[in-house]
Amino acid sequence: MQPVILWTDALVFALVAAVAGLVLFIRRHEHLCAPWAGVAKRPMAMGAALVLAVFVVIGLLDSLHYRERLPDSPPDKPQYSVEVLSAFDALVGPLRTQQEKTYSAPLAMRLYAKEFVDHDGVAVREYPRLKYGGAHLESEADRRADLVRRVLLGGAQGLAIALLLLGALAAWQARCSRQSYGEWLVAFGTGGLGWPGRTVATTLALIAIMLAVVIQLASGYHVLGTDKVGQDVLYISLKSIRTGLVIGTLTTLVTLPLAIVLGIAAGYFRGWVDDVIQYVYTVLNSIPGVLLIAAAVLIVQVYIESNPELFDTAAARADIRLLALCIIMGVTSWTGLARLLRGESLKLRTLDYVEAARAFGVSHSRIIGRHIFPNVFHLVLIAIVLDFSGLVLAEAVLSYVGVGVDPGMYSWGNMINGARLELAREPVVWWQLGAAFAFMFTLVLAANLFADGVRDAFDPRVGGRR
Amino acid sequence: MIRIGAMLLCVGTGLLAGCSGGDWNNPYPGRDAQANAVYSAFGERPKHLDPARSYSANEVEFTGQIYEPPLQYHFLKRPYELIPLTAESVPKPRYFDAAGRALPDSAPSAAIAESVYEIRIRPGIRYQPHPAFAQDDSGRYRYHAMRAADVAGKGQIADFEYTGTRELVAADYVYQIKRLAHPALSSPIFGLMSEHIVGLRELGAALEKATRAQPGRPLDLNAFQLAGAEVVDDHTYRIRIKGKYPQFLYWLAMPFFAPIPWEAEVFYSQPGMAEHNFTLDWQPVGTGPFYLAENDPNRRMVLKKNPNFHGETYPTEGDAADRAAGLLADAGKPLPLVDEAVFSLEKETIPYWSKFLQGYYDSSGISSDSFDQAVQFSADGDPQLTDAMRDKGIRLITSVQTSLWYVGFNMLDPVIGGLAPERQKLRQAISIALDYEEFISIFLNGRGIPAQGPIPPGIFGHVEGVAGLNPYVYRAEGQRIVRRPIGDAKKLLAEAGYPNGRHARTGEPLVLYFDTMASGPDAKSRLDWIKKQLGKLNVQLVVRGTDYNRFQDKIRKGNAQLFEWGWNADYPDPENFFFLLYGPHKKVGSGGENAANYDNPEFNRLFERMKDMDNGPERQAIIEQMLTIVRRDAPWVFAYYPKSFGLRHDWVKNVKPNLMANNTLKYRRVDPVLRADKRAEWNRPVLWPIALGGLALVALVTPAFVAWRRHERKAA
Amino acid sequence: MFAYLLRRILYAIPILIGVNLLTFTLFFVVNTPDDMARLQLGAKHVTPEAIERWKVEHGYDKPLLLNREMQGSAQFTDTIFFKHSAAMFAFEFGKGDDGRDIGNEIATRMGPSLAIALPVFVIGLLVNVSFALLMVFFRATYLDLWGVVLCVVLMSISGLFYIIAGQYFIAKLWNLLPISGFADGIDAFKFVLLPVLVGVVSGIGSGARWYRTIFLEEIGKDYVRTARAKGLSEVRVLFRHVLKNGLIPILTGAVVVLPLLFMGSLITESFFGIPGLGSYTIDAIQAQDFSVVRAMVFLGAVLYIIGLILTDLSYAWADPRVRLQ
Repeated sequence: MQPVILWTDALVFALVAAVAGLVLFIRRHEHLCAPWAGVAKRPMAMGAALVLAVFVVIGLLDSLHYRERLPDSPPDKPQYSVEVLSAFDALVGPLRTQQEKTYSAPLAMRLYAKEFVDHDGVAVREYPRLKYGGAHLESEADRRADLVRRVLLGGAQGLAIALLLLGALAAWQARCSRQSYGEWLVAFGTGGLGWPGRTVATTLALIAIMLAVVIQLASGYHVLGTDKVGQDVLYISLKSIRTGLVIGTLTTLVTLPLAIVLGIAAGYFRGWVDDVIQYVYTVLNSIPGVLLIAAAVLIVQVYIESNPELFDTAAARADIRLLALCIIMGVTSWTGLARLLRGESLKLRTLDYVEAARAFGVSHSRIIGRHIFPNVFHLVLIAIVLDFSGLVLAEAVLSYVGVGVDPGMYSWGNMINGARLELAREPVVWWQLGAAFAFMFTLVLAANLFADGVRDAFDPRVGGRR
Repeated sequence: MIRIGAMLLCVGTGLLAGCSGGDWNNPYPGRDAQANAVYSAFGERPKHLDPARSYSANEVEFTGQIYEPPLQYHFLKRPYELIPLTAESVPKPRYFDAAGRALPDSAPSAAIAESVYEIRIRPGIRYQPHPAFAQDDSGRYRYHAMRAADVAGKGQIADFEYTGTRELVAADYVYQIKRLAHPALSSPIFGLMSEHIVGLRELGAALEKATRAQPGRPLDLNAFQLAGAEVVDDHTYRIRIKGKYPQFLYWLAMPFFAPIPWEAEVFYSQPGMAEHNFTLDWQPVGTGPFYLAENDPNRRMVLKKNPNFHGETYPTEGDAADRAAGLLADAGKPLPLVDEAVFSLEKETIPYWSKFLQGYYDSSGISSDSFDQAVQFSADGDPQLTDAMRDKGIRLITSVQTSLWYVGFNMLDPVIGGLAPERQKLRQAISIALDYEEFISIFLNGRGIPAQGPIPPGIFGHVEGVAGLNPYVYRAEGQRIVRRPIGDAKKLLAEAGYPNGRHARTGEPLVLYFDTMASGPDAKSRLDWIKKQLGKLNVQLVVRGTDYNRFQDKIRKGNAQLFEWGWNADYPDPENFFFLLYGPHKKVGSGGENAANYDNPEFNRLFERMKDMDNGPERQAIIEQMLTIVRRDAPWVFAYYPKSFGLRHDWVKNVKPNLMANNTLKYRRVDPVLRADKRAEWNRPVLWPIALGGLALVALVTPAFVAWRRHERKAA
Repeated sequence: MFAYLLRRILYAIPILIGVNLLTFTLFFVVNTPDDMARLQLGAKHVTPEAIERWKVEHGYDKPLLLNREMQGSAQFTDTIFFKHSAAMFAFEFGKGDDGRDIGNEIATRMGPSLAIALPVFVIGLLVNVSFALLMVFFRATYLDLWGVVLCVVLMSISGLFYIIAGQYFIAKLWNLLPISGFADGIDAFKFVLLPVLVGVVSGIGSGARWYRTIFLEEIGKDYVRTARAKGLSEVRVLFRHVLKNGLIPILTGAVVVLPLLFMGSLITESFFGIPGLGSYTIDAIQAQDFSVVRAMVFLGAVLYIIGLILTDLSYAWADPRVRLQ
């Protein structure tokens, strides 16, 4: 096994480290903690955060890439497959490898297209049995019973896990707050915890049950069916999570420094600095974003073609294109936040204490770091969470236009793009579109609800007026 | 809120119902439902309608109906046969040696220095009505001395008040041949034709010089001489060809050699014309059965019957099958059989297919994804329409296209290229592994035939059945052609020096690169499929997707390794396929069409002999030798010959796929009454969703309304 | 006022030059004139001479930005960039690669684009404001909460789904409207209805939620409390004061997009086969038709700048305290 660190992997983990650092920093400062405590009080936001957490965990697992060692390679000089896998692939093993020939409906046992099957030398055109989906069953009559059994088993397992978790949580929390176990449970039951314990527990239980049921079903069937080349749609949808998350987060990572530095600089220094920055963002804003993105994607392609030795695997090629997409989307989307920060800085610089600091000859960098930045930080945070869902949705549209991620990459945009033709079939192949829709919707809805919570807690204008 | 919603609903339904009667979804508002018209679609807007420039199928679809070259293909006869269109007869070349002496027909091609084609056109053929021909009472052209201001108010050709016509003369054909050399037109066949037509290259150089000398001034082609094309009399002209080039007759059936009246060019080169899209590229002037009446490539192109058409009649010859299919029912009737043809722009598949099913398009190709809905296979493997389709009266038309898809190996590549035996084996192994039977069944729903060599069925040199199989990839089981088992491929791979996909000496895995410009909904699945195929050999494949320009660039520089490519025949002759493998036509270095850069001296020698020969046993023998070489060397994986499956509605008659002819619209007949009935029957609007929507709106608003009233009362 | 306008227009010129330069650079980083020629000439029988001839014919045979063979200002003017950009400022866009006049094309395509974009904008505004007012009226009740949740749900659905679902159900399954296409005059109505419906519905989520916050902010202000204290009914307060004052930020915010409505919507137009400027742009990007892309970028930039100026003007109009300087 040879670990592979793709560009986006490195950045994703850098981001994780940065977030961890930020969390530690915030925990040490009382006044920074307060609004977060406000977020934690909102049931909707906490439920959404849990769902997001599941997505993030899958995305992170999918960011640990490696190349498998070829089975018969000599020990002294190991050789590796060109296929780049991830920890997630290893975890879900059969989901990836169990490929059918072509379409099959969710939980089906037969292909969705008729084929010639040899019955004792006579070619009959019928729907052939799947290689893996429901292969453990003798006849189709057993399917319903088997499905019910698996769902019930999965549900029970999920519930058990959820109860176990709740018990552990109760024990831990009770010890923390020096309560008895029962007291805590009562407080939990009546909603008197100070945080939305019931919502969290319910969401947790739902997630656990859902996961357990899916795992139970996936071991015997293709839960969401298979696509045109027989790949499991559940697997494709899960793999697409990483793409969506990477686009949503890394783009912001590109946006932030540009927006913060240029926005504050324009507002704080005014004069020619302001003119130049305003010029730049007016120019960028005047050009349709799709066009800039198309150009960037093409530039990356030229770069790849002129340096083929740097990108020896398909994954590396797709990855660099994804990164380019993030960068260019960042470059086109910093202007909104920058303008906001500029306006805010313009106001802040006229405040008494800032003027006083300037009069005392405090350096600009110090004033900005001490007085300006902390006062606009909440705007930055709100922008991050609000932009995330928009970016995830944008990916789908870009893939449709043909300037999105690599066509070989797993992404919801590519799934929707492919599903366009499937809708023209009769009977309709709906599951690929449906799966992309469901996953995207869940992620974006969770992100939006969470963002709402964060905004309400941080923005003094809107907060508390519900 | 309630009121707005209700109002919108009322206005919406009212207007809908008011303006279009029963079929609310009719995309042709304001058109007579019973008009004798053909309705179809175009997916990509044509770029050029100038016959000197248009080459792609979507352009020829229009130019073929409007312009008339001297020859055409017989509508019904197979194999394809050239017959005269505007010519009196199919010309027979006369041969001359270098000293200008006439040679007999049997002369060896090496001795022939020049072939002369003398073409007589029929008198009395007249152009479509067009303002370029309009003359006033004193015989002066009305619209040949216009100022930009005169053109300003005009949006279409129909806005010119007067039109005229004139008889077709031989000079118009010569004029067009000269236009092929015009630098401003960059005709796609100029390079090719200047190798064949005497003096064309020189004319091109002279025209270029003249353009440089006077930039911005239109060239008067009549002032230039072309040695290879001369007018003999009003209805006869002569073309001189270098050496022997029997395929030239096929070119004479393409719009490139259609007549262009000089009046049109003078008319369109006036100031202000180009700004209003009045150019030959957009407003054709022809003698054909139709003229372009409405030209809006963003929406709709409408062809209308040319009132001056010369009275061609429906063919009377055809075989028994044609007669049985009713294709001879109209024999002898004057063409064209429909009054107009409406082409709508339709870029997306779903709307296209839906509108066909709703009866708004007369015919449709079937995309692979609509296939299961339309077609099923009978027990013996014949495609048949599903019952649902048959109930609608839809008919299926199938034909094998004269084209070929292949996966090319770059023969200059250090890993897979070269003619050494082990490299041949490597390529053969890959040829076996790429299971195109499966590909055809997954991606094409059986609409293709696995290829056995470069020559598709219907072209001279193709051998049907077991006799024509490619022995390196297939074997015969009785009368069936069966792909060799993957074990054979593994064995070949081992012999090529890569046992189990590893380099025999170093143990390095064999990694191949597949270059593609595939994009679009299907691309990912197809690329996954190819990876899966080579995975069977334990060969690792890296797909390098890129855009059109980059792909072309790689092919040109020879940086690709494996790539997918296709070829569509220009004319029904094996030369048009074998030249893709001819060494001197290599892409790298000479910029030719040989994208695989295959260069086998033996093959080249045979090709040079084969290309000028007349069809016959001798030519067949040489072709078989060439096939043997190509199959052994395997510079291509011969993938498949695509089959076209077309559907047409019951009301469309006289459809027989003809892959060479492009002017078949004139034979088409429709039954407008039947069509109007069916459309009304199939498009009854379903109304309950509107009612449901209205109810939902009411349900949404009522509680709010009630709460508001309660609130008001409380406040008061 | 006049001085202000003049200054803004002068300021627009460097921006337009910048936009042009950026488009030009981006395009020619990835495409050489040879690439363009090859794309135009097609895949069959293309010779190097033909490419050379195409370049000469279309004016792409010069250096890109700097002509070292020339003297003085001709170093800059005898280049592809200058030759192709200078005329733009006079709104002469020249011809696309397909030989059609771009100015003419823009003029004919503006209508269809507006036929979709304008109703979507106006009806969208009406529906969103109504929905937002309704939520504000019931603020702090469950109706409000579920209204917000509905908004979030609606805005979490990708726009593509609205289009796909609309086409599938309304046009294909229920035969209510044509699935795609366009016509002029009164006939346009039935082609426009579906895209407009889809456009409005897909905008409700974010629009209504945003307007709700604006109205809520307004409701918290002192004058509203005073009005209510005077005994004005809640509905009166809402319509007289909140709506009136809330509309100012909504409208001034919307002004900037008004000129851009001409540009149409990229995705909607290509899905519904509307022959507008949006699908023109998409086609040009996909065909890598530089002349058209550049013209559309230029037009977009001009309209955007007009939008900015209009925004300033509308602020001044809405709030007399703001002075244009």
